[in-house]
Amino acid sequence: MLKQTAMRQFISEWGPVILLGLLFLCAPLFLSDFRLSLLGKFLTFAIVAIGLDLIWGYGGMLSLGQGLFFGLGAYAIAMHMKLEAGGGGLPDFMVWSGLQELPLFWQPFHSPFFAVAMVMILPATVAAMLGFLVFRSRIQGVYFSIITQALTLLVSVLLVGQQEYTGGTNGITNLSTIFGYSLMAQETQVAIYFVTVMMLALVYLFCYHLTRSRFGRLLVAMRDDEARVRFLGYDPVIIKTVTFAISAAIAGIGGALFVPQVGIISPSSLGVVFSIEMVVWVAVGGRGTLIGAIIGALLVNAGRSAFSEQFPNVWQYFLGAMFIGVVVLFPQGIVGSLRLGVDKLCLINQTPKLEGSVSQPSI
Amino acid sequence: MGGWLLQAFNGLSLGSILLMISLGLAFSFGLMKVINMAHGEFIMLGAYVTYVFQNNFATMLGGLDLGLWFLISIPVAFIVTGLLGILLEISLIRFLYGRPLDTLLATWGVGLVLQQATRSIFGAPNVQVVSPAWLSGGFMILDITLPYKRLFIIAVVLVAIAVIYIHLNYTASGRRLRAVMQNREMASCLGVASRQVDATTFGLGAGLAGVAGCVLTLIGPIGPSIGTHYIVDAFMVVVLGGTGGLVGTVLAAFLIGIANTSLEFATTATLAKVLVFGLIIAFLQWRPSGLVVQTAR
Repeated sequence: MLKQTAMRQFISEWGPVILLGLLFLCAPLFLSDFRLSLLGKFLTFAIVAIGLDLIWGYGGMLSLGQGLFFGLGAYAIAMHMKLEAGGGGLPDFMVWSGLQELPLFWQPFHSPFFAVAMVMILPATVAAMLGFLVFRSRIQGVYFSIITQALTLLVSVLLVGQQEYTGGTNGITNLSTIFGYSLMAQETQVAIYFVTVMMLALVYLFCYHLTRSRFGRLLVAMRDDEARVRFLGYDPVIIKTVTFAISAAIAGIGGALFVPQVGIISPSSLGVVFSIEMVVWVAVGGRGTLIGAIIGALLVNAGRSAFSEQFPNVWQYFLGAMFIGVVVLFPQGIVGSLRLGVDKLCLINQTPKLEGSVSQPSI
Repeated sequence: MGGWLLQAFNGLSLGSILLMISLGLAFSFGLMKVINMAHGEFIMLGAYVTYVFQNNFATMLGGLDLGLWFLISIPVAFIVTGLLGILLEISLIRFLYGRPLDTLLATWGVGLVLQQATRSIFGAPNVQVVSPAWLSGGFMILDITLPYKRLFIIAVVLVAIAVIYIHLNYTASGRRLRAVMQNREMASCLGVASRQVDATTFGLGAGLAGVAGCVLTLIGPIGPSIGTHYIVDAFMVVVLGGTGGLVGTVLAAFLIGIANTSLEFATTATLAKVLVFGLIIAFLQWRPSGLVVQTAR
């Protein structure tokens, strides 16, 4: 009996993960190049969504700055690729804006190791600094959301404004190689796809263990009653800041994998709208479930590309309805609702548990 | 001398625009704790109401140049967006009280729907509202020109604040509003229909957004996504101002406006925005709940 329960639990927790993993690994076999690159892009979104689920679903902090961190990671890798594409010369947009030599902060991006490190360090540092200041003064809830949203707007304005250093509205374009491999080559794209799948798996496993560790329990405890956690002697500022930094680093990874698949990064792909849209991915999948974030990101984006091919006008209505729907009708999301359903079935079959033992994110 | 005066005027002008777009939020966010992300879309609707009003009634009301139609379109925008706000409160917002993050998401969805609806009806390109002839040109003082449009916006803001102040303090419905926001249970016990007050308060906020949209047609073309340009700034004003009512919002709007224009004068436009954001964060370290805090229970 006990063994059976453990088995069932294992299947319900890891079954969908393994299934999804196999699906992603086999996708190159049956998808066309176009569809595969689309899926690869969605998988980078799924990585960002996991980060958002960590901070929102488990931490209760709705960050509207994840798009910004995605962008920082993307720009970090794009700066390296741009230098690579320039072949030692000055990037083209700098020549156009009349710069004579490479700005100092661009210099270290010649090194691939530095660029890859920056993909995570840059967003994590920005998040840690902002997070520390905000959480220290006990700014919570919607105030945190509004401030992160303002920061996102600010950075995209800054990226557009500092044209000579960032490429302005056009962003960093004409990226042709990554670490010496041509982006045009089919093998490179497939390799990048597999790297993306691998990173998604790593990020998922990391967050899975994080949320089940002592730290994760503290995070959830803090979401549900911050004052109590503080009175027990823990420092919520540290817990929140670290979580925010981790989720930012994860978003950075997503951004860095996004760039080589599309060959361009511009301020338009990291703004306020993108940052709030990913909230709906997580909400549709089911907040506080991690796997739900992946499923939500894939479903919503697949829905978008399917809809916008045929009825571009309808999609916006649909998206708006989704925002309202996940709040009013399905706060559990897909995965949450499924788990509730399965739990109810088990309750009928097995000995009754205490009521209310199903933990629901209350945000 | 003239330079300083111009700086001060630009600061006041930007401050008045910021105040215009955030006055409505001071009601929905400051008083009701509802994060209305569709506020920007109500501004947009107000602008489109003005556009429609211009197209249909301008000739009837003495032609485009006379501008009588424009003066009348201000209350019309207030009423139309206010009614839409009441409709939104009754159909959606009232189920979400006490869940601020959820109102944020749901109203963002409402905003998307409103944007797309506008796009379907009026098309995606920007539309132009013709400003009345008497608002072109400016007022010469020393060696600088103060554009009439900007002066008009400042005047509208002053009138709006005066009306709100009188409404809140000297009318029965304003007193009911304050009573419900300060102590809902007590107000209900004393016979105030708090549900009704919620709806009208939210409608008032939306209506003020409509007035903002109407006035904003003076300074540029309007498009379906105009609201997203203003929403973040408006929220920063309310966050800095605190939830203590009008005084904080007014102070915050003019502080941000003046800080922004003087820093812009000293550095560049984008850098000024960054510095202002940094200053706001620094200020919140000192007073996390903003400039003016409500001390009621």
